[in-house]
Amino acid sequence: MELSTTYLGLKLKSPIVPAAGPLATDIGAIRDMEEAGAGAVVLHSLFEEQLEHEAAEMAHHLEHGAESFAEANSYFPQPYEFRLGPEEYLEHIRMAREAVSIPIIASLNGVTAGGWTRYARLMQQAGASAIELNVYYVAADAELTADAVEQRYLNVLAAVKSAVTIPVAMKISPYFTALAGFARRLDRAGANGLVLFNRFYQPDIDLDTLDVAPNLILSSSWEMRLPLRWIAILWGRIQADLAATSGVSNALDAIKLVMAGASVTQVCSVLLRKGIYEISTMLDDMQRWMEERGYESLEQMRGSMSRKSIADPGAFERANYMKTLNSYV
Amino acid sequence: MVANVAVRKSREQVTIDGNQAAAHVAHRLNEVIAIYPITPSSNMGEWADEWSAAGQRNIWGTVPLVVEMQSEGGAAGAVHGALQTGALTTTFTASQGLLLMIPNMFKIAGELTPTVFHVSARTVATHALSIFGDHSDVMACRSTGWALLASGSVQEVMDNAAIAAAASLESRIPFLHFFDGFRTSHEVSKIEQLDDADLLALIDERLVAAHRGRALSPDRPVLRGSAQNPDVFFQAREAVNPFYQRCPEAVQKTMDRFAHIVGRRYHLFDYVGAPDAERVIVLMGSGAETAHETVEFLNARGAKVGVVKVRLYRPFSAEHFLKALPKTVRFIAVLDRTKEPGAEGEPLYKDVVTAIGEAYSEGRLPMPHPPRVVGGRYGLSSKEFTPAMVKAVFDNLAAAKPRNHFTVGIQEDVTNSSLDYDPSFTTEPDDVVRCVFYGLGSDGTVGANKNSIKIIGEGTDFFGQGYFVYDSKKAGSVTVSHLRFGPRPIRSSYLVSSANFVGCHQWVFLERYDMLSAAVPGAVFLLNSVYSKDEVWDHLPQRVQEQIIAKKLRFFVIDAYAVAAKTGMGVRINTIMQTCFFAISGVLPREQAIGAIKDAIKKTYGGKGEEVVRKNWEAVDQTLAHLHEVPVPQRAGSGIAVPPAVSPQAPQFVREVLGEIIAGRGDSIPTSKLPCDGTFPTDTARWEKRNIALEIPVWDEITCIQCGKCALVCPHAAIRMKAYDPKHLEHAPATFKHAKSIGPEYKGLVTTVQVAPEDCTGCAMCVDVCPAKNKKETRLKAINMAPQLPLREPERANYEFFLRLPELDRTVPKINTVKGSQYLLPLFEYSGACAGCGETPYVKLLTQLFGDRCIIANATGCSSIYGGNLPTAPWSVNGDGRGPAWCNSLFEDNAEFGLGFRLTLDKHAEFARELLIRLRGELGGELVDALMDASQATEAEIAAQRARVAELKQRLARLDAPEARWLLPVADALARKSVWIVGGDGWAYDIGYGGLDHVLASGRNVNILVLDTEVYSNTGGQCSKATPRGAVAKFAAGGKPQNKKDLALLAMTYGHVYVATVAMGASDQQTVKAFLEAEAYDGPSIIIAYSHCIAHGINMAKGMDVQKLAVQSGHFPLFRYNPALAAAGKNPLLLDSKRPSVPYKDFAYIQNRFKMLTKSKPEDARLLIGGAQDDANRRWAMYEHLAKLYATDGAEAKPAASVAET
Repeated sequence: MELSTTYLGLKLKSPIVPAAGPLATDIGAIRDMEEAGAGAVVLHSLFEEQLEHEAAEMAHHLEHGAESFAEANSYFPQPYEFRLGPEEYLEHIRMAREAVSIPIIASLNGVTAGGWTRYARLMQQAGASAIELNVYYVAADAELTADAVEQRYLNVLAAVKSAVTIPVAMKISPYFTALAGFARRLDRAGANGLVLFNRFYQPDIDLDTLDVAPNLILSSSWEMRLPLRWIAILWGRIQADLAATSGVSNALDAIKLVMAGASVTQVCSVLLRKGIYEISTMLDDMQRWMEERGYESLEQMRGSMSRKSIADPGAFERANYMKTLNSYV
Repeated sequence: MVANVAVRKSREQVTIDGNQAAAHVAHRLNEVIAIYPITPSSNMGEWADEWSAAGQRNIWGTVPLVVEMQSEGGAAGAVHGALQTGALTTTFTASQGLLLMIPNMFKIAGELTPTVFHVSARTVATHALSIFGDHSDVMACRSTGWALLASGSVQEVMDNAAIAAAASLESRIPFLHFFDGFRTSHEVSKIEQLDDADLLALIDERLVAAHRGRALSPDRPVLRGSAQNPDVFFQAREAVNPFYQRCPEAVQKTMDRFAHIVGRRYHLFDYVGAPDAERVIVLMGSGAETAHETVEFLNARGAKVGVVKVRLYRPFSAEHFLKALPKTVRFIAVLDRTKEPGAEGEPLYKDVVTAIGEAYSEGRLPMPHPPRVVGGRYGLSSKEFTPAMVKAVFDNLAAAKPRNHFTVGIQEDVTNSSLDYDPSFTTEPDDVVRCVFYGLGSDGTVGANKNSIKIIGEGTDFFGQGYFVYDSKKAGSVTVSHLRFGPRPIRSSYLVSSANFVGCHQWVFLERYDMLSAAVPGAVFLLNSVYSKDEVWDHLPQRVQEQIIAKKLRFFVIDAYAVAAKTGMGVRINTIMQTCFFAISGVLPREQAIGAIKDAIKKTYGGKGEEVVRKNWEAVDQTLAHLHEVPVPQRAGSGIAVPPAVSPQAPQFVREVLGEIIAGRGDSIPTSKLPCDGTFPTDTARWEKRNIALEIPVWDEITCIQCGKCALVCPHAAIRMKAYDPKHLEHAPATFKHAKSIGPEYKGLVTTVQVAPEDCTGCAMCVDVCPAKNKKETRLKAINMAPQLPLREPERANYEFFLRLPELDRTVPKINTVKGSQYLLPLFEYSGACAGCGETPYVKLLTQLFGDRCIIANATGCSSIYGGNLPTAPWSVNGDGRGPAWCNSLFEDNAEFGLGFRLTLDKHAEFARELLIRLRGELGGELVDALMDASQATEAEIAAQRARVAELKQRLARLDAPEARWLLPVADALARKSVWIVGGDGWAYDIGYGGLDHVLASGRNVNILVLDTEVYSNTGGQCSKATPRGAVAKFAAGGKPQNKKDLALLAMTYGHVYVATVAMGASDQQTVKAFLEAEAYDGPSIIIAYSHCIAHGINMAKGMDVQKLAVQSGHFPLFRYNPALAAAGKNPLLLDSKRPSVPYKDFAYIQNRFKMLTKSKPEDARLLIGGAQDDANRRWAMYEHLAKLYATDGAEAKPAASVAET
């Protein structure tokens, strides 16, 4: 049974790839991921904004109250070298590369054109096999046009592509008016892969405090339907590889996504819930399912249920309630 | 005299302060360093700790082991032990700390053990504590047998630190190397730095081996420290004599060797002046540098005077001293920087008199006639010592009858000891650039000035000097920087009083300080002004205009805040003002200066992120375009008067003494106006209106739910609640607000929440905790911040009206609730604590609940500084004139000190009761019985007892019996008093723990409040045993590896101690309950109060949120252990918080003290935070287990949900 796959030009031994998340901050966990059968690991994101914010905060707090009072010229030890740039992250890439033999995909997250290029190059130098660009952007500005938003993504992609020679995947949200067209623009701009989709924190309101409460909810299996649809629509129509993320919870989810056209399926919530070795379970289940149904390889099933391959391509285009209504007719 | 020989050019020139100079050598010449923080020596320990944490090695290639101890006594003990086992060992201390070392110092000297203690000499507390410099601490060590070696400048500190080490090894006499606290310890100066090669050449390794050879070792066992009897002790004590006889020569030999290696030559006594001088001053320390400068100035103008700088004070070599004097000397003035009341003279004076007297009587005097010797005191507690004062001393020697036992530098008009001097006399040469900068602590002025000195020192051949004067307040504090740059080493160890550059970085200071009085004619005046160059003139106070015109000053302005805002610098205007200084002063070519500033920025901030560097650079680049010279008109005409420092309505003492101190004229207050015994009136902070808040809270009476949280958390009692009869509103100011009071007990009343606009520091903690939100616009709360300036006048009137409203009867509110407690008058207000302080809300609550009956023993630390630092006292009084009585004894003895209060009160109450019985017939049985049997559990009962005591006093006054006369002065003890022992964790967990433990064990009715900031906050955030694992603190630069000590658990083990842990931000209701229960408990009580702190590196406005996380994470579980419940058969241990519900790192990583480790040592940080999480889990599990264990009759210990949930 062949569970290997190719993603971003990288040969992976399995299609299950831990998504950018908190688990990969620990080298031991990355070792476990490899042992459990992960095809690659996407590291947690390096947040450009966070780096700048942390640097400013630290500078502020180290000086706040200093040189104001005779008995306390400062409140913290002074001759300190801080690693406020991406050094810690880069060191993490190096350590991960040393710890495992599977590809390490670095994740770069930001909203401005600022540090992208430089950080990406440093990531490559540190040994990243590929870069996943996560443009985490809520277009709340009412003056901003859809085209301007798309252009912003394209600019970031172009800047990073010009800075590195390793493959670059673009992780995007589903909130685009013309997603297929935008995917093609990204494809033409050189994206080696599209990761569908990142999930925005959806804020909640705390009725006791009347505060807007950031509220992280782990994804559920039903959420994989959205990437399923779009991967099925895009597969075979663009060059870039497709990675599915959001809600991938078990082997059947993964199989469906591969059938839709995914090269890899990224997992996060399920590992947080059940542990890293859930990867093994998923792979075992996939293998069993494929054996039972006589599939020989992933390659064989990839795209088999895509829009291009199914009898009724409209199934992925219609709104679901229409289909539901039809089924009663 | 210092002569240069063969100075090696390659030695590095550095710009550092005296503490760093001493630490530089000490760290390189030792293996074991035991430290403990005390101002002004703390920095030496900090440097040593940081260097060792960074792996910096000593001259033998090993990293010195630095260990923080629980007190200076502990440090001295550890040093003694390390020395006895053969390590090269040192410590750093000052003042009270040095006194605590004295017992070990006797032992170390008695055992002839080489070591050096580096002491930044500081005033010993007498009528008052002072952190500043004089020699009273060092002089207290004269009998220990230590050599005392004095340094007078930063260069001398570095040199003598090395000389002392070598000489100690040579002589086997331990050395106390001292220099003037602050004046030298904190003076930044360009000096030549000794390197490892110098030190290796100076230290004789055979002597190091000899020291090790004398060490205790089971391989060659000896006994040291025997107990001796009258038969041999005396003669054995005399056996050390040869070592003391040889010591001066050993020091001189070392100084000679030092001169050979380094080039600077010192002598035991260095004479400077005319070879044929008739008048000579003898002194030591930094004052000798001023005297040196003055002598050269006077001699250049024809005088024949000189100065002897004493370097080796003990052993005192009369022979060397006499040789140092010119043979022509006829009059000697010996100046001591100390006071020994009752002695016939101060120590150095007496040594000089004895040396001359003995030599004369033995015929060894090198001069034909014995010179006349007078002694005087100068410079106590860093009092200025200027050339004008030196001249006055010389003038005194020239008088027909020179005055003896004089003072100089003050106006001592009680016994008239002070010499007159002419303050206008100056020796400042024209080729020295002299600058004064007035800045705000938070604007970074001092840091920028230190950088400027480095830039000039390192970029030119100029020598630079910087000295910085700080405020006595921690919030909105003023800094005054005194800088000098010149072609020669700068000996002026006094403030700049004739400046050719004056920088005012805050507009408000123009009204507060007469800064231009220091400007010389033609000087430059740089002002940070919101007004443009065309507008600014008309806004200047008339006095300032007149000074600018009269002195023909060049006047420049810049709107530094606008530039800072534009370049993302916030309120940090330091680099902007620094750029202006270089641009105008011309000390360096402009381009070179800009480049150097940018390099310095890169050096300072490079490790803190590129963005910070970029913003600072941007600020530099933007500055010059915004800097403008203002054309000075011919006439002053603004008519703007400078307001008095305090209101004319203030009491006389406040106006004439405290007001003068506030105005910066404290130096001119004569002795007769000051208390003779350190006793000051309370209730004076209200006269000091500081107006430091840019924004103040504004109350929205419609949204407000009157919960009292804002008033509770206000660190400065600047937001208050009052309920009163609406009839009093008749003459209310137009903008005065009120709302119908909420709650049945306040029926018919209205409530006002009022801000004290001129006392608020603008911390915004009240807004953060306000739970009420505007229903239409949730961004608004019941209090919201708004700019202070437009509100100042109306709110001042409102606040004055508010204060005049009658106080609510204390029996009306439910004082066991947050809301009820906040209707009580705070008797602690407007202290100098930091904006957003986490300690003072607890202290204020204490005074609201018990202020009219409490007496407070306050350990030295933050609380003693904001509680007792002049000029004004935050402790206030109620309408009856009652309020907290407050005293600070020491750092280490506070629990014992407070216990003493209790013992007196108990004894006097007992005595009074005995006398009542004896006077029963005369006083009337009914009154006596009522007095004897009174319950005083409630406010009403206490009030009734006070009324009885008043009645008793009236009746006693009519009696003539001796018992009546005895009872009258102790009758007040019959009314309940509340003893509070207050201090920080440095005291309670470390230095004072032994005493605290004993007081808890005593069973006496005292209340202990531990303000737990988890560091030594006052001295700048050094690690204590309360510091949590993983937190970075000074002395724990690599993150504290051990768990926080569980003081509450230790106290609980006694069983009879009331113990509570409280965190106001987590459960304010539980805090109020704990205070009431602790005070009500008839036995020892301890409350450990989590106090967020500026040393945690947090947003202080969110301090209460951090407190909440401290509890939710399990770092600081809340509970109350009440022995009274156990006595009643109930479970005494109530857990008031819940099982940890948030990860420890969520609490930790919003604080810089934890976060910074993740950016410097991420692996260590990960390990330590994991350990801290385990600590929290274990701590909770243990308390949960204990609560179950204590549960009696099968009753489960349950969290007191009604208390915890607020």
